[in-house]
Amino acid sequence: MLSTTSAQRVSTAFRVDLWTRVLVLLLFVYVIYAASQIGFSWERFVSGLDNGARFLKRMFPPDLSKMDILWKGISESLQIAVLASVAGILISLPLGLMGARNLMPAWLSWTARTLIAICRSLHPVIMAILFVKAVGFGALAGTLALVVASIGFIGKLFADAIEEISEKQVEAIRATGAPFPNLVLFGVLPQVLSRFIGFSTYQLDSNLRNSTMVGIVGAGGIGGPLFSAFQRFDYSFVFTILVTIIMIIVVGELLANYVKKVFYV
Amino acid sequence: MSDAILAHPDGLLQQRIWQRHTTAQRLVRFAIWLVIALAIVQSLRTIEVIPEFLYDAPEQMGDMLQRMWPIDWPYYAVGVHAALVETMHIATLGTLLAIVLGIPFGLLVAGNLTRNKALNFIARVVLVSSRSVNSLVWALLFVAVFGPGAVAGTLAIAFRSIGFVGKLVGEAIEEMPRGPIEALQAAGASKASEIRYGYWPQLKPAFWSIVLLRWDINVRESAVLGIVGAGGIGMALDTSLNLFQWGRVAVVLIAIFAIVIVIEVVVTQVRRRVL
Repeated sequence: MLSTTSAQRVSTAFRVDLWTRVLVLLLFVYVIYAASQIGFSWERFVSGLDNGARFLKRMFPPDLSKMDILWKGISESLQIAVLASVAGILISLPLGLMGARNLMPAWLSWTARTLIAICRSLHPVIMAILFVKAVGFGALAGTLALVVASIGFIGKLFADAIEEISEKQVEAIRATGAPFPNLVLFGVLPQVLSRFIGFSTYQLDSNLRNSTMVGIVGAGGIGGPLFSAFQRFDYSFVFTILVTIIMIIVVGELLANYVKKVFYV
Repeated sequence: MSDAILAHPDGLLQQRIWQRHTTAQRLVRFAIWLVIALAIVQSLRTIEVIPEFLYDAPEQMGDMLQRMWPIDWPYYAVGVHAALVETMHIATLGTLLAIVLGIPFGLLVAGNLTRNKALNFIARVVLVSSRSVNSLVWALLFVAVFGPGAVAGTLAIAFRSIGFVGKLVGEAIEEMPRGPIEALQAAGASKASEIRYGYWPQLKPAFWSIVLLRWDINVRESAVLGIVGAGGIGMALDTSLNLFQWGRVAVVLIAIFAIVIVIEVVVTQVRRRVL
């Protein structure tokens, strides 16, 4: 008798409730439906594995003969990432400040926040397509696309960070009769600067990743050579480019972490 | 005040000037600023920008908007709706696949759950390489392997998300309080029931928030995969762009914009209600 009650106790504590069961069942049905809808089948998977093996075989040995193309693309990607990050950071500093609802009048903060939301709404590659139309092929289009993406990301997080600050320090500065610029400079910024640096290094990292991709739509950087190598079935050069990109991204992530550690202290 | 101290003839007082950073810290900071400045100058000097194109930009933008103007609404029913649904399938299936594939690696990478340095390291390498490759590159690879279409897109989304899900799940596990798990170990629970009754209940909120966040990102990303032929609404965008049918481009862009906003609202609501 005693053992059954204790068993019941265990089962009620961790029982999966009805809603979860129904949800899991629905999810399962959806997976089967969607997989059939997009044409996922076993035969395709098996033939794909064959293709994959051939594909991997053609990647080796990596093609090291086109280092000048590789270097040109990589350096252009780095330029795009650096310039887009700097411009994005510089623009999102005032824009984020304007978007903070606790400091600014409602009309200004809503305008700024709408602007930031528009910047965030489209993927950087789609932005790059639009900028390629506007300013032509090349690094400028990629830079502008990533500037917009950076504003969308840093601007939003910075505005949110400012809204979370402690009012006490702001009031203390206000009590001294400081004008508004000094209030921001000494009451607000010291509280959020370390987080701002965190967002900025994260965005630099993310821009580095995306700057290798905007070239696919003609907006400069290593993405262009990568895409054309794919289209030429020049898989050994593809392999070289991919390994270089991955190395740069890993180094960039380590550097970003290091910078963050230095400035958080 | 500080002037007074500096001007004081007594040398002892001068040593008591407070400094926030040590000399080494200041040097490192200075070096970082220097590197940043050099990188900016170097990039500005060598980037290839044709100034005429820049002056021309507002005019070209206006031209583009003008061409988009009679927005080709009827095209939505013909070519966009099915592609939009396919995009949603790609994003959702990709996220689910990433959960299934990513959680084992998340469990393996957490040092407090898997007490084996070699396994931790292997899992970490898998997760880092998954994250380092952009979803567009994954899409290119899978298009080469499985042929153009939504299958390649789904796998691309899944493989890019494995690293994200695995890393965050691993971190959530490492930050967990040990109490409940030690209680289970003391009661002699097996590894499986340790995970089921000790780790999972603590992981659950973080897990759902990771899944929602990644799903949101995946919807945005799967909208562009079509540019490299991996299915979804990006293909409709690419076709319209290549044919210079700007009216159709406008419809596709509005559709992407709308779906992104809808997903964001849904995710915010679910987060508020469930988490």
